[in-house]
Amino acid sequence: MKCQKCHNQATLHITEILGEDQIEELHLCESCAHNHLYEPSQKSSGVKAPPSTGEDLDEPAMLNRQCEVCGIKFVDFRNTGRLGCPHDYQEFKEELTPLLENIHGETRHCGKSPRRLPQSKQTQSELIKLRKQLLQAVNKEAYEEAAQLRDRIRQLEDS
Amino acid sequence: MNLDSLTHTSGEWLRGSGPESDIVISSRIRLARNLAAFPFTNRSSPGQKAEIEALLRDRVAKLDLEPKLGYVNVPTLSSLDRQFLVERQLISRELAAAEGPRGVALGPQETVSLMINEEDHLRLQVMRSGFTLDEAWQEIDRVDDALEQRVTYAFSEEFGYLTACPTNVGTGMRASVMLHLPALEYTKQIEKVFRALQKINLAVRGLYGEGSRASGHFYQISNQVTLGKSETTILNEIHSVIPQIITYERQARTSWLRDNRQGLQDKIARAHGTLCSATMMTSEETMELLSYVRLGINLHLIEDITIPTVNELFIHTQPAHLQKLMGASLDGEERNAARARYLRTRLREAGASPN
Repeated sequence: MKCQKCHNQATLHITEILGEDQIEELHLCESCAHNHLYEPSQKSSGVKAPPSTGEDLDEPAMLNRQCEVCGIKFVDFRNTGRLGCPHDYQEFKEELTPLLENIHGETRHCGKSPRRLPQSKQTQSELIKLRKQLLQAVNKEAYEEAAQLRDRIRQLEDS
Repeated sequence: MNLDSLTHTSGEWLRGSGPESDIVISSRIRLARNLAAFPFTNRSSPGQKAEIEALLRDRVAKLDLEPKLGYVNVPTLSSLDRQFLVERQLISRELAAAEGPRGVALGPQETVSLMINEEDHLRLQVMRSGFTLDEAWQEIDRVDDALEQRVTYAFSEEFGYLTACPTNVGTGMRASVMLHLPALEYTKQIEKVFRALQKINLAVRGLYGEGSRASGHFYQISNQVTLGKSETTILNEIHSVIPQIITYERQARTSWLRDNRQGLQDKIARAHGTLCSATMMTSEETMELLSYVRLGINLHLIEDITIPTVNELFIHTQPAHLQKLMGASLDGEERNAARARYLRTRLREAGASPN
C-alpha cells in the first residue's frame, strides 16, 4: 500500500477517532506519519504539538536554543519528535511543559522511582559532556587530552 | 542463542491458557529506560552505541534470573531472522530496522525480552498468556529493580524516567492486553468500544502494535498516559475496563448464536473447510479464516482443534516463520502455496488425532 501523502510504502496505519460517528483511516509512510503526528497545524492528531502559548514558541531564538550537553536544538526535537539526552528535559522544560500537559494531562511524575540513590543530575550531564569532548579529542588525535578526559570519566563513573 | 530452535515452537503467550483466555490472548507490559550518562540512542555515535550495548549486555548477563536469558546480537542476524523475531513479538519493528550495535536478551519461555538500543537504551518487556497483567507487572518490576542495582537510569524527581520521546516519560510503562473480538467486529459494535476507550485515554492497536492494522480480529488495548499516574493506577484503569469488553464480546457471541446460529455455523465451517483444502492462501485471508476457526472452537462448534494449535498457526503462517519452517526463501506466490500446504497438513493432523 502506498502512502497517502507521497509515493513511499505506507508502513503506519492510523485510525483517527474524530467524533461520535466519524473515523478517519490514514495510511502513511514513516516520515509522513511523523509529520502528521507532530505537525502543529494538523487539525487532528494523536500527539499534538504544544498549543500556541503566544508567539514566542515560533521565534527563531527559541527554536535555535541548543542543549549544551547533547547539542540538539529545540527545532530538531520539533522536526524529529525525539529528544537528544536526559538533560533536555531541564534545558527545554519551558517548551516541553505544555506538550506534556497535552499528552498526559499532567506534568509531574507519580509512581516508581529508582531505589538506588541516583548520582546527581549534574554528574550525569557532566559525563555526557566529557564523553563528547573525548570523542572530539580522539578525532583530532589529541591523545594526551583524551587520556585526561578518560580518567575524569572513570573517576565520575566510580563515584 | 540459536533462533532455529524456536521455529517449531511458540512462546508462552500463545499457550492459550490463563484467565479469560477464550478472549484475552495475552497481557504485555513494557518499560522504557535510559542510562543517565549517555545521549539517547538517536543522538549516540556508533562508538557510544557500542559502549551502551556492551555495558547493558554485561549487566543483563549478570542478572540473577532463573532460567538465564539468552542474548541475540541483532546486526548479525539475517533480515529473515529479524522479521522472525518481530513476528514472535520478541523485538519491535524499530529494533529490527535500526542501525548500529543493538541486541535483545530473551528468556527461554519467551516471556521476557530486553531490547538494547531501541528508541530508548533499554526496553524491558514481559508478555504472558491470558489476562495476567498483575503477574506481568510483578515480573517486570523485579527485573527492573535488579537491573537498577547495576546501572544508573536517567530519572528526575519531576518527570520520572526520562525517555527519548516525551510520550513515554514518567513511568515509561506501556501495558497492553490483546483481545480477540470477532463478534464485536461482526456486529460493528467495536467502534463504540473504541470511542469509549478513547475517552478514558486508552489506545487501541492491531496485532503488531503501533501502526499495524487490526487483522484476525485481534486488538491491543493499552494506556496512552505515562506521566502523572502511578503504575498501579494505570494498571487498575486497564483492569477495570477489560472485563466489560469481555462481557460485551460474550454477549455479542451469544446473540449471534441465538439470532443466526445457522449462518454463524456455516461461516465457521466454510472458514475451516477453506483452510483445510485451499491451495493458495494469503496471510490476510489466513488471519481472517483462523479467527473464525478460533471462534468456532470457543463456541464448541469445532471440536477437533485446540486453541494452542490455532494460536500457533496465526504466527507460523506469517512470512518469516513460514520460510524458516520450509527452510527456504520464498517469494509471495510461493509463500501463498506453502502457507496453504502447511495449513492443510496441520489442520488435518489435528483432525486425525484424538485430542
